[in-house]
Parts: sequence; C-alpha cells; structure tokens
Amino acid sequence: MGKLERIAARQDRAAGRGPTRRGFLLTAMGSAFMFGFARQGNAAQVYPQAAANLPAGGAFEPTIWCSIAPDGWVNVNVIRAEMGQHVGTALARIIADEMEADWDKVKITYVDTDPKWGLMVTGGSWSVWMTWDQFRQAGAAARTVMVDEGARLLGVAPSACIARNGQVIAGKRSISYGEIVSRAHPTRTFTPDEMAKLPLKPSSEHRLIGREVKALDIPSKTDGTAIYGIDAKLEGMVYARPKMPPTRYGSKVVSVDDTEAKKVKGYIRYIVLDDPSNTVPGWVAVLASSYPAAIRATDALKVTWTPGKTANVTEQDIIEYGRKQIAEKTGGSRIFNDAGVDEALGKADKVVERTYTCSSVLHYQLEPMNALARQHEGKWEVHCGNQWQTLFLPVIAKALQVPESDVVMRSYLLGGGFGRRLNGDYAVPAALISKALGGKPVKLVFTRSDDVLFDSIRSPSIQTVRAGVNKDGSINGWEHHASAGWPTGVMAAAFMEKGEDGKPYDQFAIAGADHWYDVGPILVRALDNDLADATFRPGWLRSVSSGWTPWAHESFLDELAHDYGKDPVDFRLGLLTCKGRNAGSAPNSVGGASRQANVLKKLVEKCGYGKVSLPKDTAIGIATTFGQERNMPTWTAGAAQVHVDRETGVVTCQKIWLVLDAGTIIDPDGALAQTEGGALWGLSMALFEGTEIENGNVRDRNLNTYTPLRITDVPDMDIEFLPSTEKPMGLGEPGVTTIAPAIGNAIFNAVGVRMRHLPVRPADILKALKEKGNA
Amino acid sequence: MIKFKLNGRDVSVDVPEDTPLLWALRDDLDQTGTKFGCGVGQCGACTVLVGGRATRSCITPISSIEGADVTTIEGLHPEGKHPVQEAWKDIQVPQCGYCQSGQIMQAVSLLKDYPDPTDEQIDGVMGGSLCRCMTYVRIRKAIKKAAAAMQKEEASHG
Repeated sequence: MGKLERIAARQDRAAGRGPTRRGFLLTAMGSAFMFGFARQGNAAQVYPQAAANLPAGGAFEPTIWCSIAPDGWVNVNVIRAEMGQHVGTALARIIADEMEADWDKVKITYVDTDPKWGLMVTGGSWSVWMTWDQFRQAGAAARTVMVDEGARLLGVAPSACIARNGQVIAGKRSISYGEIVSRAHPTRTFTPDEMAKLPLKPSSEHRLIGREVKALDIPSKTDGTAIYGIDAKLEGMVYARPKMPPTRYGSKVVSVDDTEAKKVKGYIRYIVLDDPSNTVPGWVAVLASSYPAAIRATDALKVTWTPGKTANVTEQDIIEYGRKQIAEKTGGSRIFNDAGVDEALGKADKVVERTYTCSSVLHYQLEPMNALARQHEGKWEVHCGNQWQTLFLPVIAKALQVPESDVVMRSYLLGGGFGRRLNGDYAVPAALISKALGGKPVKLVFTRSDDVLFDSIRSPSIQTVRAGVNKDGSINGWEHHASAGWPTGVMAAAFMEKGEDGKPYDQFAIAGADHWYDVGPILVRALDNDLADATFRPGWLRSVSSGWTPWAHESFLDELAHDYGKDPVDFRLGLLTCKGRNAGSAPNSVGGASRQANVLKKLVEKCGYGKVSLPKDTAIGIATTFGQERNMPTWTAGAAQVHVDRETGVVTCQKIWLVLDAGTIIDPDGALAQTEGGALWGLSMALFEGTEIENGNVRDRNLNTYTPLRITDVPDMDIEFLPSTEKPMGLGEPGVTTIAPAIGNAIFNAVGVRMRHLPVRPADILKALKEKGNA
Repeated sequence: MIKFKLNGRDVSVDVPEDTPLLWALRDDLDQTGTKFGCGVGQCGACTVLVGGRATRSCITPISSIEGADVTTIEGLHPEGKHPVQEAWKDIQVPQCGYCQSGQIMQAVSLLKDYPDPTDEQIDGVMGGSLCRCMTYVRIRKAIKKAAAAMQKEEASHG
C-alpha cells in the first residue's frame, strides 16, 4: 500500500519521463531563487537575494543532493516541505553522517520546483523512509572522493586515511574537506550503479544519526525572521481575497454588483475567474491595494450564483449514503479478499457486527491558504508553501493553459501542513488572477472563514466490522467495510492502488484496516463515498485513514474481549501470531506482527493496565496499530487514562502512554516532538474537534465554534521508542492513531458505556449513561 | 496619519483608522513576524505588546494605539536573545513555528504578571494561544525555564 516509489514511477510514466531523471546527475545549480537557513545565530532567511547561499564557484558537487564549498561549508538540498517536522535537519544529518561532515558547517537549502529533483511530495511520514538510502549513498559518494583526493594531497594511500568531522586524517596529519576542494578541484560524479555499490557505514559508526542536535530551522522561528508563504512580497503586487461560492463545485456566477465595494477605499476591481482546470469553479476574486481593503470590499461585493447540486447536503446524508454502500454486497474495492470469509462467518457460533462513525475534521493549519503569483521573465511563478509540487504544478499549468515548463513553484516555510498543502488548489486562483492582470504580481490571501470553506476536510466516515466468533471467543473470519470521501480518487486518481480484486482504491481512505491480526480469512472493502466527493474536496489529514480506521477495529476488538470475558491485552496478543502474511518481510517490516506484540507488552508494563487501582469513574484503555501504512509500519501501542464526569458527561484525559518501534531513530528529539504533536492531534480529534456538513458546507468556520485542543487540555505524556537498527519508518503520524480508540476503550472501562462516534461529546456520554441506566 | 512607537522607533502609517494593527505591521511596516491566524482574536498568532501588555493585533484598530509603545517579536531583543526566546530554542519548542511569535509575546507578558507561574497560571494565560502542531508540552516547559532564568538575572542585578 502507498508505495511512494510506485507513485513516483507512475508519475514519471504519466509525464512521459524516463526513470533516469531520478539518477544522480551532475547538474549546475540553476535557480537563483532558493532559500535556506544559515546557521543558528545568524538565522536570516536569505530570500530573495538567495544567490549568496548557492554553492560558490569551485564547490564540489558529487550529486545533486549536496556540495562542499572551498570554505568547507556543506550544503544539502532539501526537496521536502518544512512544516514543523524539522525535515531539513533530519535529512541533512543522514548525508552529513555518511560523508563524515563537520555538523557545524552544514546548511540546508529548500529548493524550488525543477524536474531534476524527481517527485516532490512531503506527506505520509515518508520523508526519512524515502530518502534514507538515497542520502546515505550521496554521503558515501562525497566521503569516497574526499578520502581519495585527501590521501593524494597527503601523499598516502586512501586505505591509510579515515574521514572524520570534515577532515581526512592519516596518522597525525590531516586535511580539511574545504582545503581538499580548493586544492584538488574534484569533479568526480557517480552513476546510480556506482552509487549503489559504495560501502555504507554500519550503524555502530553513526556519529550524527540518533544523536541530539538542534534543529536548523528553529532559531528563525523565535525571532520573527522565518519567512512563510504568507510573508512573500513583491514590488507592485496587489492583494486579493476570494468571494466564496455557495457550493464547492457547480456554482455559476449570475451577476456581480460592486456598488458597495466601490465605496471601500483601496478597492480596485473584481474578476470572475475562468478556470480551465475546474479547480475553483464559480469563483470571484476581489482586488484591492491593501489586504484589509480586500477583506472589506469582498464583504461588500454582492454576487448572485446558481448553486451546484450539493447545496442542501448534510453530514447525515453522507453517512447514510455510506451505510447503504456498506449494506450492498457488491461495490467498492477489496483490499484483502481472502477465500472463505462467508463460509467462516456462516460456521461461527455468532456473527458480531458493529458500526463506527467519525465526523468531518478541519485542518485548521494556522497559516491560512495563500499564494503569490506573477509572470516574470517568461515564467509563471507561484510563491507558496506546498507539500506536493509534483501534483499541482501541472494543474496550475492547465489552469493557465501553458506548458508545465513555464511554471515554477517557489518554496517557503509552511505555517502548518497536516496534509492540507498536499492539495495545492489554493495556488490556482492566484495564478488565474495574475493572468487576468497580464502577469502582474498578486497576493491572494484567504481569511480564516474562506480557508475553512475551501478546506479539504477529513471526510466523515462510516465503518462496519463483522467477525465470526466461536463459543470460546476465538475469531474465525473478519470483514471490515469503510465508506468515506476519497482524496486520492479526487485529486490523483492515476496513483491509486489496486485491490486484490483488481479495482482501484484510495489507499489513504482504508489504510489501517489492513491490520496484522490473525483472525482467519479477511475481507477489507473500501467504498468511495461519492456524495462526499461531490459535496467537498476530501483531503489528506494527518495520519489519513489510519486516524480513523483503528477507531473501528481497535474499539471492536475491545468490545469482543469484554463480551467474551477476555483480557483485552491478552486477546490482542493472541491474535498477533506473526504467521502467514503477518510474518513481515525485509526491509520494511522485518519481524512483522511480533514487533507489534512487543510494543503492546512494553506499553502494558509501563502503564500498569489491569493492575493499577484508580479512583471511581477513572480507567485506562489501550489500543495498538502499525502506524501509518502496512508497507511502512511504525509499530505503535497507546494507552489513555480518562476520568468521566457522570454529571456533565465531560471526559478528561489525564495521561497518555505511547510505545513505538519505528526502526532506527534519526533524530530522537524530533521523533519525540512529532509523536507528542501526533498524540495530541489524536486526543483533539477524539474529544475536542469535529464539524458537520450543513447545506453543503462545513458548519464551523472559525474558533468561535471550532474548538481544537488547547494547552489546558494537555495530559501527562510518557512516550518511549524501542531501540532498533532496522530501517527507519515514519513518525509524523503514528502518534495520532491509537489515541481515539484507547480513549473509547478507557471510557468503557471507566463507566461501562461504549462510544462509537468521534468526536466523543459530553452530550453523547450523558445520553449513553442514561440509556445504560434505563437498560 | 497614525503615529506610534514601534520597537523603540517612532513610526507613522497612512492607512484608514479602522485598519487592524496586524496588517499595518505586516504590510506597511514590513514586520512579518506577527502572524495572521483566525482574524477574530481567538488564536493568538497576532499577539504583540502594546504598552507592555499582550494585545491581539488582528482586532486592534490602528487608531486605538496612536502614540502607544508597540513591541513585536522583531523588537523583543536586538539579537533574538530574550530569556523567553532562549528558552524556546533550548527546549526546541517550535515545529511549524507559525504561532510561536504570538506564543512568545504572550509568554513575555505572562512572566511580567507571574514571574514564577504555576501550571494553572500558564494554562489560564496561554489558553488563548492555539498551537496547531500541539507543542504545548514544550511551551509549558520553556516558560518555566525562562522564568527561572529571568529570576536569576533579576537576582544578579538586584
């Protein structure tokens, strides 16, 4: 599932490009518009005069990924978006470790779009996993040349030298990398085959990986100098704000009246956008000389539309649509499609079935959507933070009706990604407005309510899990059906996976349901909720479906355990047999389900589940997942201790424990930070945030009614990573995945009510308690 | 023309008097460290100090600060080394960083009122500042570290 290499290869094929463009080419650094971080202490962003940050003349660049300048500075080119995960620091240290660079002389450059970089996407917690081999090889290439050339300059054999901390050392003599570059002018480059054969350091020789270092992007985020997309500025630019149509799709502008808008000082004009890419149908943009004027003029502008067909759709309509899809035996794609599921369920003593639902969730990334566009020196430039340039650059080109080679996306920091900026739809209207103005620079900024209305929300979902259970509580067959909007289906259909029945499906709307438990033959069916897709543009949101599929199966397993008088931990361990498809395989899932069992055992040890005695109406619940994707498992076990107030229905999460096995940990502090944030997202979506579709749009538009977790709601957290030298997996999202079911299970343990809808609201608890009391 | 003091310097801007201070700072005075988040004073990303008090600049009309002393993240310390900034770096608080200017300004204001804040005081004051990366654990830790550093500094001066 979700194999990035496959997606990349398919993108290459779709674009008619051969696979070689991802080879290691010797390419001059062409763009003059890069930005990066200088070192801590002089942490100025250097955009737009970034040329100063480029490898100076005479730099040695064995691959496109890094260079060594004559002054000894190592530059690492980062094609991933910096959105809080300190990805530049994590990736730079992989290369720096392998090349034995002096970490105090390493800097990073976040590059603009260029076909030479290959697939530019940042998401799925993939960055380290995808870059690991490539950057180690690139580092090894640089080290090899430094040792060879250094040895020559020292007059000794390469075998008599070691590389360490930016120097080549032979006995008591040494020479720095900078001196080697300035004296020997190395030019050697490597073919992909040569790269693959280079010897890599064993993990025992790692000197930067796994060590605490300060993230290179942090200082500028404490003094106001960090530059995000919304901070981009160009001479002569005008400001724009969208006037949002009544429906995401199908709205048509009937008339526009700007009588009142004209009274706003600074108002320039409105533009009805003509969008050949159909990204922003029915949009009107309002231009002004300042952004406050654009806000007011947009409020004052009167637009009449004929709305699209979804103007009256509600959240309940979408859930009921999904319920019907699940009830139909046919339809959807079968991700696991084992023979004999029907027979197994038919033979069981009992078929247990439960249905779980999750509300719509907003990204509410703190930097509202924005983009600055202009035509400059024959190219269309779009300045914005973005997570998947390779996907949206072609859409921008289509909207502008120009070749892709005429479009360049300039990179900036992201004021939060969480998957929202994988969808680059917000860049399209900025480009279209600029085009309508003859290429003049225009900065489009969404107000928060505009941003929320245009959000690619996490789709509401409905899931039914069904198991054949024998009298002794053993499971002899399993079905998991899930219906939700399909982000990949809507935005990147060509890149969907194919099920075992050959039908395409959105891996990000089912991943997580393809679990590692041994429960007899399994059917996992993904259903595309067309009504959701028609009403809004479903989005990828932190941990994607693994943020909600475990809500179903981890709650369900707990229900079964309780129904059959089994300990929920032992019950799960009994299913993690590590046999058949769950045995795991190299390189990603060595050890298979046994590693999931290990994190669960360690978790139970830590939190004392089932052993500690807690006050009344207070209990611990547990859940376990494999993180994000079956093909890239981060083995995860989570526990939550909650107190339920029977009077108010308020659930307070007092403590969270997490144990993860993510393979090799590159950046311990970054890993912890990502997991802390992920766990709190999980908690937020379990208890604090969620919205609903009303009249074809999300009901909540801002923080007056949308209430994500705040500092007051933060529980104690105890997070542990199991030591491992296996290939590193992702950590941006796994922290999310166990929290909601752990909380649901804890609520049951505390007060005996089973919650099957997210988020869990006090009113739902009160209702459930009342029903239980009446039963 | 509205005149006020920004980070110790006299400035004037020629904008309509109902212009939110946020946009005057960002677009007219090029101080982009102050961020736009919710626009309704509920996320705290736009927090600056007006007369030393934390103020939501997105809902503060420029006319209301005529003659006032305004400090933004850029003016907190000439080298970005205010004890709160130092603690933020030591604890590695920021992730995406977008809310952090506002968090830092709010924390500076907090520490004026509560030089040695309890968790409850921190929650009470910082509860208005949303961090979507959820760096809250570290924000709390960094505030305590900054408080300790500032008290030590105070002691050595006093």
